[in-house]
Amino acid sequence: MTREVVITGIGLLSSLGEGVAPHIEAVDGARAPVIDAASFAPYPVHPLGAVEYDRQIPKKSDQRQMEPWQRIGVYAAGLALDSAGIKSDAEAKDRMHVIVAAGGGERDHAVDAQILTGLKTAAEPGVFLNERLLSDLRPTLFLAQLSNLLAGNISIVHGVTGPSRTFMGEEQAGVDAIRIAHARIAAGQADMILVGGSYNAERRDMMLLYELGGVMLTGDVVPTLSRDAGHGGMVTGSVGAFLVLEAAHSARARGATAQARLDSVVADRTRRNPADIVRTLTAMAGPQTGVPLVVSASSGVPACVAEEKAALDAIAPGADIVAMGDLTGHAIEAAFPAAVALAAALLQAGRGREAVVTGVGHHRGEGLARLSRA
Amino acid sequence: MSSAHLDPSGRPLVAVTGLGVVTSLGQGKADNWSRLTVGHSGIHRITRFPTKGLRTTIAGTVDDLFDRSFAAPELSEKLALIAAEEAVAQSGLGRPGDFPGPLFMAVPPVELEWVQKQELAASSNGDVTYQALLADAAQHRHTAYHAMFLFGSVAGHIADHFGTKGSPISLSTACSSGATAIQMGVEAIRRGDTEAALCIGTDGSVQAESLIRFSLLSALSTQNDPPTAASKPFSKNRDGFVMGEGGAALVLESYQSARRRGAAILGFVLGCGEKGDGFHRTRSSPDGRPAIVAMQQALADAGLEPDQIDYVNAHGTSTPENDKMEAMSCTAVFGERMGRLPISSNKSMVGHTLTAAGAVEAVFSLLTIAHGRIPPTINYREPDPNIPLDVVPNVARDAAVRRVISNSFGFGGQNTCLVFADSPA
Repeated sequence: MTREVVITGIGLLSSLGEGVAPHIEAVDGARAPVIDAASFAPYPVHPLGAVEYDRQIPKKSDQRQMEPWQRIGVYAAGLALDSAGIKSDAEAKDRMHVIVAAGGGERDHAVDAQILTGLKTAAEPGVFLNERLLSDLRPTLFLAQLSNLLAGNISIVHGVTGPSRTFMGEEQAGVDAIRIAHARIAAGQADMILVGGSYNAERRDMMLLYELGGVMLTGDVVPTLSRDAGHGGMVTGSVGAFLVLEAAHSARARGATAQARLDSVVADRTRRNPADIVRTLTAMAGPQTGVPLVVSASSGVPACVAEEKAALDAIAPGADIVAMGDLTGHAIEAAFPAAVALAAALLQAGRGREAVVTGVGHHRGEGLARLSRA
Repeated sequence: MSSAHLDPSGRPLVAVTGLGVVTSLGQGKADNWSRLTVGHSGIHRITRFPTKGLRTTIAGTVDDLFDRSFAAPELSEKLALIAAEEAVAQSGLGRPGDFPGPLFMAVPPVELEWVQKQELAASSNGDVTYQALLADAAQHRHTAYHAMFLFGSVAGHIADHFGTKGSPISLSTACSSGATAIQMGVEAIRRGDTEAALCIGTDGSVQAESLIRFSLLSALSTQNDPPTAASKPFSKNRDGFVMGEGGAALVLESYQSARRRGAAILGFVLGCGEKGDGFHRTRSSPDGRPAIVAMQQALADAGLEPDQIDYVNAHGTSTPENDKMEAMSCTAVFGERMGRLPISSNKSMVGHTLTAAGAVEAVFSLLTIAHGRIPPTINYREPDPNIPLDVVPNVARDAAVRRVISNSFGFGGQNTCLVFADSPA
C-alpha cells in the first residue's frame, strides 16, 4: 500500500519571526536575515527575537520546566497544530503520532564554570564533583535537558498523545524523522504525524562541541553555499520547525487544506570519502532533473558545500536555490524539517510546482525530499 | 507471499533469528540465562568513580571492558558491539560487514563529560568560563571529541562495523527506548522496506553526574547494603530503581526470508503497542490509561486476546510508583486472571538498564519462551498487599510459556509494549 502524503500544518519559528510569511519575505529579499555578531563573538548567530511563549504554552509552570530548546520546539509544534486546524480536536490529538528530532543537553553554564574552577584546586576532585553536583544541579534541569522530553512536553502542553518517538543524531535526525513519518503514513501505519525539531543556537555549550571539530564559522557571515576552506563553517540559528504530515484521504475527510504534497524522502549515510556526497545525492534524486526550486539545509561546512553544489548542478541545473542557512542560520536537528517547511510554504505560495530539499549533515548523513504543489 | 508468512492483518510476520545480550550478569545469552534463572544479582558497589557523599553507591555496571578510562558513549558502543556480534552471528544473515538491512538503535543521549571539560579548562587562568573553554577548543587540539560526543556517532560506528543499510536511526524514548528500537524494526519489515533489521538497545552511562541526576529526582534506591538486595520490584519496601548497564541486540527478519534460507527461528514479534501520556514529565496518569492502552494495542496488534498471554515480563523498576501503576494496569488488562498470571521483573537482578532495558528484556522474554522457564523476581521478602500478583518470587519456575508481553514505560510519557511468541498466532 502506498498512500499520498500531504503537509497540512506548518509551524516555523526563527530569528525571522513566526509563521511562514516572514520566511517567504526573506526568500524574496524583503526581509533581511537577523545576525548577532557580538553576543557570542567570534561566532555569529541568528538569534530568536522576543517570543510570547504564553500564546502556545499557556502555563508558566510548563514554561519553567523547559530549557529554551524545548520551549522553541513546543511553540513551533503548537503553530503547526494551529496551521493544520487540529489544535482543538482533542480526539485527533489523542491518536496523533509524534516524531521529534532532538539534541538536548543544555547545561547550567554558571554551575559548570564554578565546578570546573573548583576542580582545579580540589584535593579530592571526584568527591568535590559529587558534592557540588548534589548541591548545585537543579533537579528538574535533567528533564529540561533530556532529548525525549521535547516530545514529552508536546504531549503535556498540546495533548498529542499517540505514539511518540525521538530521534537523535544531529542533522540526520531531522532527515530521518521526516523520512520515517512519510514512510509510516504512506504504508498505512499512521494517518497523521506531527514531526519536526528545534535548536537553540544561543548557547555556548553546543558551540563548544562543534568548535572542537572546527566546523564553526568565525567572523564575517558569507552566503552558505559560497563558503569554502578559506572561510567556511556553520553559522547556527535558533529555530523551531514542525510539520503535520497526513494521509491525503485523512486531510480530505476532515476538510483540511493540503499545503503541499510530500512525494518522497530518502536518506543515506556515506563514509564521506571524496565524492560520496555527490554520488549519493545524485542517486537519491533519481533520473528526474530540472526541478526549478531547491531548498538546501546545508550546514556551510566547506567540504559538504562543494559536493552538494556539484550534486545540485546535476540534479537541478539552473534552479533557484534557497539556502536555509542564509535565512535562519543552521539549525542542526531542525535544519531539514525547517527546509521542508519552507519548501512547502513556497509551493503553496505559487513559487513553482515542484521542489527538492537537500540535507547534508555537517559530519555524517545525507537526505533528499521531493515535494510538489498540492 | 504465501498466507503462512502473513499475520492475521495480512502483514509480513516478523521472526527473530538472532539474539545477543550483555549485562552486569555477564556476556552472552548462556551466562546471562544461567545466572538469571538461579536468581543472581549483578548489582554491586560502584568502583568506576568515587561515591563518597552520594546517597546511592551501587549499580549494575558492566566493568572490565576497557583497560583505560573511557567515556559513556565508548562503553555504550562496546556493549552494543558485543551484543550485536552475538546476534548477527547467530542469525547467519549476510556476511561480516554486510548486514542486509537497516539499524534501529536505542542510544543514551551523550554530552561532553567532566574529564573533557577539565582538559579544556586546563589552559584557563583563574575562574573558568565557557568562553575560555571555547577559546581552548578553537585551538583544535582535541578534534576527536567532536565526533565522540555527537548524538549520532555510536549508532554510526555500529552501522559502519556491521555494514547495515541506509541511514541508521539513533532513537530515545527514555526507558522504553530498547522496545522502540524493536518496534521500528517490526514496522520496517511490515512495510516491506526490508527483509531484515538489526535492532539494538545499549546503555553504558553510569557516571557520577547521571547517577546524581536520577538521585536528585529521588528515583534511585538508597538501600545500598547489601547491593544485591536493593532492587526489589513489587515488594512493600521497594524504594527506587538501581541503575544498570547493558546491551541487547535482535536480528528481526521476515518469516518468509527466514524460512527461505532455513534459518533457526527463535521466536516472533507478534505485536507492538504504544501510547503517549500527557499527564506529567515523570509521573504516569493516575488512572493508568496510557499503560493500559499500550498493552491492549500490543495485544490487538498481535491479534491475541488477553487470555492467550502466558507471562508478563514487567517493566518492574522497583520504584514505588511504577510497580503500583503497572500492577494496576495489568489487572485492568488481564482481569481477575492477573492474580495467577506470572509476572516477573528482570530488573531485580540486572537493575534498570535504562535505554537498553526494553531490548535486554526482549531477549530475556524470548529466552523464557525457548527454555520454558520463568526468571524470578528476586529480593521479594515483603509482599506489597496492594500488589497481589504472582511475581514468581525469588525462585525461577518451569512453565510452558508460548506468549509473553513485555512492558516498557519511560519518563516523558513513553509507554511501549511488545508481544513475543514461539509461533505465529
